[in-house]
Amino acid sequence: MNLDAHLPILQIIVPLMTAPVVSLLRVPSLPWAAATVTSGLAFAVAVTLTGQVLAGGPMSYALGGWVPPYGIELYVDHFSALLLLIITGASTVALAFGKASLDQEVGHERAPMFYAAWLLVVAGLCGIVATGDAFNLFVFLEISSLATYVLIASAPDRRALMATFRYLILGTVGATFYLIGVGLIYMMTGTLNLADMTDRIAEVGELRPVLVAAGFITVGLALKAAMFPLHAWMPNAYTFAPHAATAFLAACSTKAAIYVLIRFDLTVFLPHLSDHAEQVSGFFIPLAVLAFLIGSAVAVFERNLKRMLGYSSVAQIGYILLGLALLSPLALTGAIVHLFNHALMKSALFMAVACLAFRAGSVQLPDLAGCGRAMPLTMGAFVLAGLSMIGVPLTAGFVSKWYLILACLEYGPLGYVLAGGILVSSLLAVAYVWKVVEAAYFQPRPEGARELREAPPAMLAVLWLVALGNVWFGIDTDLTLGLAEQAAATLLGDGS
Amino acid sequence: MTLVFGVFLLTLLVIVAVAIVRSTNLFAAVMLSGIFSLLMAVNFFLLDAADVALTEAAVGAGVATVLFLSALALTAEHEQVRPGGAALQWLPLVVAFATGGLLIYATFQNPVIGDPNAPVHQHVAPWYLENTPELIDIPNVVTAVLGSFRGFDTLGEVFVVFTAGIGVLSILGLRHTLVEMTSAEIDARQRSLRHHLIPRVVGRGMVPFILLFALYVQFHGEYSPGGGFQAGAIAAAAIILYSLLEGDDRGRALVPEWLLQIMVASGALLFGGVGVVCMLLGGSFLDYSVLAEVPSEGQHLGLLLIELGVGITVSGVLLTVFHAFARRASR
Repeated sequence: MNLDAHLPILQIIVPLMTAPVVSLLRVPSLPWAAATVTSGLAFAVAVTLTGQVLAGGPMSYALGGWVPPYGIELYVDHFSALLLLIITGASTVALAFGKASLDQEVGHERAPMFYAAWLLVVAGLCGIVATGDAFNLFVFLEISSLATYVLIASAPDRRALMATFRYLILGTVGATFYLIGVGLIYMMTGTLNLADMTDRIAEVGELRPVLVAAGFITVGLALKAAMFPLHAWMPNAYTFAPHAATAFLAACSTKAAIYVLIRFDLTVFLPHLSDHAEQVSGFFIPLAVLAFLIGSAVAVFERNLKRMLGYSSVAQIGYILLGLALLSPLALTGAIVHLFNHALMKSALFMAVACLAFRAGSVQLPDLAGCGRAMPLTMGAFVLAGLSMIGVPLTAGFVSKWYLILACLEYGPLGYVLAGGILVSSLLAVAYVWKVVEAAYFQPRPEGARELREAPPAMLAVLWLVALGNVWFGIDTDLTLGLAEQAAATLLGDGS
Repeated sequence: MTLVFGVFLLTLLVIVAVAIVRSTNLFAAVMLSGIFSLLMAVNFFLLDAADVALTEAAVGAGVATVLFLSALALTAEHEQVRPGGAALQWLPLVVAFATGGLLIYATFQNPVIGDPNAPVHQHVAPWYLENTPELIDIPNVVTAVLGSFRGFDTLGEVFVVFTAGIGVLSILGLRHTLVEMTSAEIDARQRSLRHHLIPRVVGRGMVPFILLFALYVQFHGEYSPGGGFQAGAIAAAAIILYSLLEGDDRGRALVPEWLLQIMVASGALLFGGVGVVCMLLGGSFLDYSVLAEVPSEGQHLGLLLIELGVGITVSGVLLTVFHAFARRASR
């Protein structure tokens, strides 16, 4: 076998196998360097893999040489390739960006464990999207979740432990629900391979265990994806995690759960369970609307910058779920593109916040008043990414919202209401981004506040790279839309 | 007969579970949860899942109980009763009952236990039973499935254990910051059984036998229930027993921390390394057949090595976690 055929497994084992080595490195800065290089390598693998999928179609890899469904299969198509780009890309930029910030927060003693856990998150998330086996997916879900808890708990703030504990309990419930569902389906079909499951579930699609399994899997994954009203763990987990880790996690950890949700619901359940389309729409549309209205509204009143962005993520996940719930190729394309674009805007925003926190030592809005003059480059990037989040034309955020609104208008009378909801939520986004701009540019520095200066050049360079990425992918949409359209067509192919 | 036993055990399980929830004494709750695991292990055994039963008994009833107790040593024995929280407690109860109700609803159309026509016995499982003798050539099909056919899952599980290990290390701290203390002070704080002659003599006598049994479970996994997970847990239990009897400092002297950290990492690396070697020899990841001239011999070699990797990491992590808690308690 040549190297190209091994790419799907390399995507997982490169970060996975480096993690134990990193955990043993005791020289300061070496764990960071090793993790960054490995993450960059994983990104290179993802880029090559995407090239291969674009050229030659989906790739399958039989682990241990055993043919699926007897052995475990890795399966990478356009949808998974896009997610692999998001995960490895977000990890690499956050690591390259975060050296100084993480040194400050995590310290050298914990660094080997911290960076090993970081690589495990990357490996776990890559495994989730690259595997074609429902149980193997659970194993990687466990790896990524456990490692994520370690990342969040590494923050110096003691409240991080409480946030982690809450996330741990809810995350475990979510993963257990998923496992119960997979167990029930295995009982009824005798297989764990997703493609094989899709074939065999048709015969038993009317039976109760399969219906209950669909419910458990959907709710479990919705919990992992922080879907409203199951988002309670998320804002605090994002708030108290180390700043650079938030930039990474906010970009991709909930995305992997949404990926699985879309894949399971659309390919396994939708074609074979009667009334599943109505149930998906009836269940997700109201929740998605509530998510982006309430998420944005709460963000407007939030004074902690990181928590504000956390609630904004609740809203953005609402957009993505709306795209899923409308069940049309246009809407699904919008949802999948938004997975990518949201990762881009949120990682830029959280990186800008990390720069602010690095200098100001706080993420509370009153403490950051007047920071626009002292840190013009950081705030400039924040505003740029904020515009993308609002959905201003020529930014990435506009592309996905445009698709979603078009899909809403196509949906019929109810669609006009939904499109109105998206507009209202976008206006609320203007309000909370403006709140930050107003504090940064139009308020004086409070008396006795810490003297500010611009963040280190290394951090600024990466921050601006990602911020400009928001513009680049707002204008040149060939790659993102190309992958998303193909993914949406494949996902809905057997369904509609 | 199975049915009668099953109903009896499950009834006991429910009683124990309710007792755990109701108990405000955390010590009692920990003991009860050990009993819960033991009952669970018997249940698995009744369902002919001997490998799972062995794991549950070693990890759930054995090591987990000790870990809970070491955690209890850091906190209090009694649960704090928060006034006014009663209203909020209804929500989890409703969720729990809804979940249970749904599962019961699902069971009405389950295949019956032991029904040869059930889907699970029609598709993948018979293929494993038919082909294991020829392809892997070992009697224990469970080991063949876990180690080879679905070896990637097992690799993932080892990394789950690894992640848990570094997580505990990262949160509870790496270095042991034991202040200079006389051995009498250490004794007093550790509450070890060093000065209790009978448990100490009897317990010390058992340690080598437990270790021997761990080795048997480790290397006999291809023929009988067992393998790296179980063996790792049993070996860790032996060392933990030694630490409990002799004090944590002597336990740590026996298996020093640097060694533990290397064990934690190297077991996982050994497992993954076998997979990479398979790739270098021209197979796909974890395709042990390419490791020797005869494919089934390659499978034997591969299984032996990966089970060893599993055992090393599992025992390393369990000991690391135990020491991390014990160290905190003795500060």
